[in-house]
Amino acid sequence: MNAFLTQLRRDLAISFRHGAEAMNPIAFFALAAFLLGLGQSTLRLDEAAAGALWVLALFANVLAVEGLFGRDREDGSLEQLLLHAKPLFAALLGKVAAHWMMSGLPIAALSPFVALLVDVPPDGMLVLALTLLLGTPTLALVGAIGAALVAGTGRGGLLVALLVMPLYVPTLLFGAGAAMTALAGGDPSAELLWLAALLAASITLAPFGVDAALRVGQEY
Amino acid sequence: MNEPLLRAASLGHETDDARLFHGLDLVLRGGEMVEVRGANATGKSTLLRCLAGLIRPGSGTVDVGVEIAYLGHRSGLSETLTARENLRWRLSLCSGRLDGNEATARIDEALVRLGIGHAGGRAVASLSAGQRRRVALAAVLASPARLWLLDEPLTALDDAGAALLTAEIERHLRNGGGVVAATHRPLGPRAMRTVQLGTT
Repeated sequence: MNAFLTQLRRDLAISFRHGAEAMNPIAFFALAAFLLGLGQSTLRLDEAAAGALWVLALFANVLAVEGLFGRDREDGSLEQLLLHAKPLFAALLGKVAAHWMMSGLPIAALSPFVALLVDVPPDGMLVLALTLLLGTPTLALVGAIGAALVAGTGRGGLLVALLVMPLYVPTLLFGAGAAMTALAGGDPSAELLWLAALLAASITLAPFGVDAALRVGQEY
Repeated sequence: MNEPLLRAASLGHETDDARLFHGLDLVLRGGEMVEVRGANATGKSTLLRCLAGLIRPGSGTVDVGVEIAYLGHRSGLSETLTARENLRWRLSLCSGRLDGNEATARIDEALVRLGIGHAGGRAVASLSAGQRRRVALAAVLASPARLWLLDEPLTALDDAGAALLTAEIERHLRNGGGVVAATHRPLGPRAMRTVQLGTT
């Protein structure tokens, strides 16, 4: 718990001091949704709007997660983390949690308002926010594996997206599915439970993947 | 008390285009220091990273029985945070059991010992290269580790800084610690042994 909180606090402090940069994913999400809303008069979105918002949230996440380890690797904090953090998986979870609190969490919190822009009916808004709340931590954890893999190569961008996109698909399907089911008047609890299951699995497994990927990166 | 801090046996490592070292044996006990010498690109850093456990050696074994502090090429300090915040993070990583006041006292003492007590509250981004090196060394000093692995600790340090470092190394050795340092310039009179790389 200690390692988790130590790392969470440090990374949040760094993010807050980079203020504007930390706003990027949120700004992207809101802006893209706004543009989507502009096209609404000619394009009928309705139920599909929830799915579109999910895709936007996913893109915002890919953009943000890519640099998760870059700065730490450059300044050497990463090797200190690998050497000293006990237990390492707790510290890595803290790192991803801090990242999520600056990207996924605000996006989930903002989503009901953004949903207004694209005319998602009111009863769908809360379910949409709930799916994002359950789904974005999974995206962050899975994305962290990709970010860790490319951190060693010094490249990023598209490579991370290519690596993690296929792994994002189940979360995207259940997330968008739950929102659409709710909008169609159905009961989304099956999809929500699946999302929760994916989250539980990635909390327990992803840190080990990140650990292994970061260690490979140390060889160079 | 003189159980070896570090025991490396027939250590070897090679990259795609060079064999860096092979068959290297090293035993380090408390109060001892080893200097790793060698020209550029002969594997000094790689050896230290192997000893630290950051990379797996190509062959041989490394057995470290104590906590280590590692100073690499990179400072291990976040530019955004202040020197003190960085050291705080480092210290709580390796010894979560220290309570707040004790950790603060250790950090301040380490900073003062290296002559940068005044810069503790400044963001690392605003420090000069030499000051950063001193802060990075302060992280080693503040850590409870008995074994120090220092990669080119003198880089960017002025003469006064180098003298302070030598004094700290001697104090660490007197307290039963051990040091392995990769360096071009001799660090002090206490270097008992030298490992020369790049002669094979």
